[in-house]
Amino acid sequence: MYRYDDYDQRLVDERVAQFRDQTRRYLAGELSEDEFRPLRLQNGLYVQRHAPMLRIAVPYGLFSSAQLRTLADIARRYDRGYGHFTTRQNIQFNWPELAKVPEILAQLATVQMHAIQTSGNCIRNITSDAFAGVAADELIDPRPWCEILRQWSSFHPEFAHLPRKFKFAVNGAKEDRAVIQAHDIGLDVVKNDAGEIGFRVLVGGGLGRTPIIGEEIAAFVPWQHIVTYCESILRVYNLHGRRDNKYKARIKILVKALGIEEFRRQVEAEWAFHKNGPSTLTEAEVARVAAHFVDPAYESLPATDAGYASLLEENKPFAAWVKRNVRAHKVPGYASVTISLKKTGVPPGDITESQMELVADLADAYSYGGVRATHQQNLVLADVRQSDLFKVWQSLRDAGLATPNIGLLTDIISCPGGDYCALANAKSIPIANAIQERFDNLDYLYDIGEIELNISGCMNACGHHHVGHIGVLGVDKNGEEWYQVTIGGDQGNKAAIGKVIGPSFAAAEMPDVVTHLIETYIANRHEDERFVDTVRRIGIEPFKAHVYGNRQTEKKVAHA
Amino acid sequence: MPKVIRNRRVEDDARQIVRLAEGETAETVAIPAGPVLVPLAVWQARAEELAARGDVGVWLEAAEGAELIAADLPKLAAVAVNFPAFTDGRGYSTAALLRTRYGYSGELRAIGDVLRDQFQAYVRCGFDTLQPNAGRYTDAQLEAALASLGDFSVPYQGAVDEPRPLWARAQRGVAA
Ligand code: HEM
Ligand code: SF4
Repeated sequence: MYRYDDYDQRLVDERVAQFRDQTRRYLAGELSEDEFRPLRLQNGLYVQRHAPMLRIAVPYGLFSSAQLRTLADIARRYDRGYGHFTTRQNIQFNWPELAKVPEILAQLATVQMHAIQTSGNCIRNITSDAFAGVAADELIDPRPWCEILRQWSSFHPEFAHLPRKFKFAVNGAKEDRAVIQAHDIGLDVVKNDAGEIGFRVLVGGGLGRTPIIGEEIAAFVPWQHIVTYCESILRVYNLHGRRDNKYKARIKILVKALGIEEFRRQVEAEWAFHKNGPSTLTEAEVARVAAHFVDPAYESLPATDAGYASLLEENKPFAAWVKRNVRAHKVPGYASVTISLKKTGVPPGDITESQMELVADLADAYSYGGVRATHQQNLVLADVRQSDLFKVWQSLRDAGLATPNIGLLTDIISCPGGDYCALANAKSIPIANAIQERFDNLDYLYDIGEIELNISGCMNACGHHHVGHIGVLGVDKNGEEWYQVTIGGDQGNKAAIGKVIGPSFAAAEMPDVVTHLIETYIANRHEDERFVDTVRRIGIEPFKAHVYGNRQTEKKVAHA
Repeated sequence: MPKVIRNRRVEDDARQIVRLAEGETAETVAIPAGPVLVPLAVWQARAEELAARGDVGVWLEAAEGAELIAADLPKLAAVAVNFPAFTDGRGYSTAALLRTRYGYSGELRAIGDVLRDQFQAYVRCGFDTLQPNAGRYTDAQLEAALASLGDFSVPYQGAVDEPRPLWARAQRGVAA
């Protein structure tokens, strides 16, 4: 992973000092509430239901055992013993005290971490593929490019007060695991016919109240120019994005209003002007950054470890876990392990301090000290030898971290919702837990196969509900909590926004609703067809009919 | 006399900012003697008369792009960009464009809701003069706020004040 040099460290230290002074001036009354708000937001500090919420950056989801141990320590000392991993590969703490935040930041700085630009109307933490560098289907490693963009965007003086938040995602694999089509800027690192590296650039995607799939603004921007190209997009957006209405302030609204052709024309006009300027990247700089992401010293191992193969035969629970939670690795004899933070009854993405320490220990013992956060709110040990998988599994299982459900119905993405979030219309976590309980039978879960169920507690869409195969959205009706359901959403290469199936449901109905959706799927699916592909093929009507048909009969029964 | 920060020092400054009051029009508003900053509309209505004075500058509203004043830059004694709220970041891009694309090298002043926490960002985008709203800071606070100009000693990216990114101006570490 990227390791700070003296310059990186100095910047983070200076940020701690700056924020310490801002907090002091706020508490002393020299900064008003309105003035402090954007400043603290740029440091990931919200004021939530219970306390300030602090969001800490995990740049493109990559961190180390030492960093995870520090997060555990922070959870213990300043929070209530747990943290919450988010869909932006960050971690949030829900209970810190405002006055203590500078201390927390100072502690983070000792392990090269920070909360810079994890919120606010600026360029946010850049997300990427959690399997970057190890995925078998990777074409180009996205991590050096993420880091180059991270440095370019950190404290960018021109883009510190954009019309609205701004999110980048970078992908370098065949399968897009970074949801680049739902980002303000999505970058695909590609090679052209001449074998040169460059970027396919998407712009204007995003979820929230107006979900939009991003459009291609450039098919190929040579790597030397990616910084100046992004700068051009940001400048056009900064000057022309709407500021009169925060719901229409995202770049997606500007792109729609102008049309992609006109938007592209404006960006190109801007770019032509400073394309070859001093920010044009050089081979030396890219090589310097890329040197941080070279492979660890992998051993040469047989493609299949004999002991591992026989354990797979003998031990059913282990085999089940391997089937769901272990991925092929580009290097023979190695595998990537996804640690499920989706145990039934636990808020999706939550992890306790002792679990964090265990994961840190496992990372040190078995995965070169590296850990990754996925945008599905799970963790990854990317470089585990096959021969170690059994030991890893045993340790994880003892800690409640080996739920074999990755990619299945209970691997739910969920925002914190009404339990924590001041903006929520409805709770999310109890809905996630109720659905997990309903589908607790592993055989049935496996039979249903790959499916993504995403829940957001309001239309801000922090839980990515629009791109869930099944999406659940909390809505408010006369002060009561209701849930609207969409199906057919998808992330990845065929990203799509789900369609609403009809009137919303009460919380208690949600497990039934999901059951009826699954029944419809099972009755209609072709062999090896995923839920979302069946929805694509037969449309939403059969699902609707079954869900609402059943619903009415049940109501009648109830009233009889 | 109002105080401004100019080239990293607190200074007294006599330049008056003319704002159109209710009922006043660009054509008829009285422009006081001495150095002034007038709204773009006033300049556009009376460029010839005002240019002849030699001490007139123009201030742009956040929505008024740099291109609107680009052709007149040689005739202006100063240019200012208004920040209606410090969270309205358009002025940063306007300043960057004035300095780079339009080659403006005279006084460039940030006015309005100019907050010390942004001082360094203004300067990095090309402002040389910073004028917070009257009364926002006491003289002592303004002196103390000079420290904010050095919040970050080695910014990563290029900007107007130093166009080279960090990697191009410093020997950076390589991974261990
Ligand atoms: C608890 C405090 C949180 C607050 C106050 C909050 C606030 C918001 C708001 C206002 C938006 C809509 C912005 C817009 O469309 O312009 C949003 C979007 C989003 N948030 Fe959150 N959020 C919170 C927590 C989270 C968490 C825990 C996650 C991840 C699990 C998350 C991930 C996202 C994502 C992915 C989006 C959609 C991005 C897009 O539209 O492109 N947020 N959030
Ligand atoms: S979707 Fe709504 S309820 Fe959920 S975290 Fe985001 S803002 Fe809060």
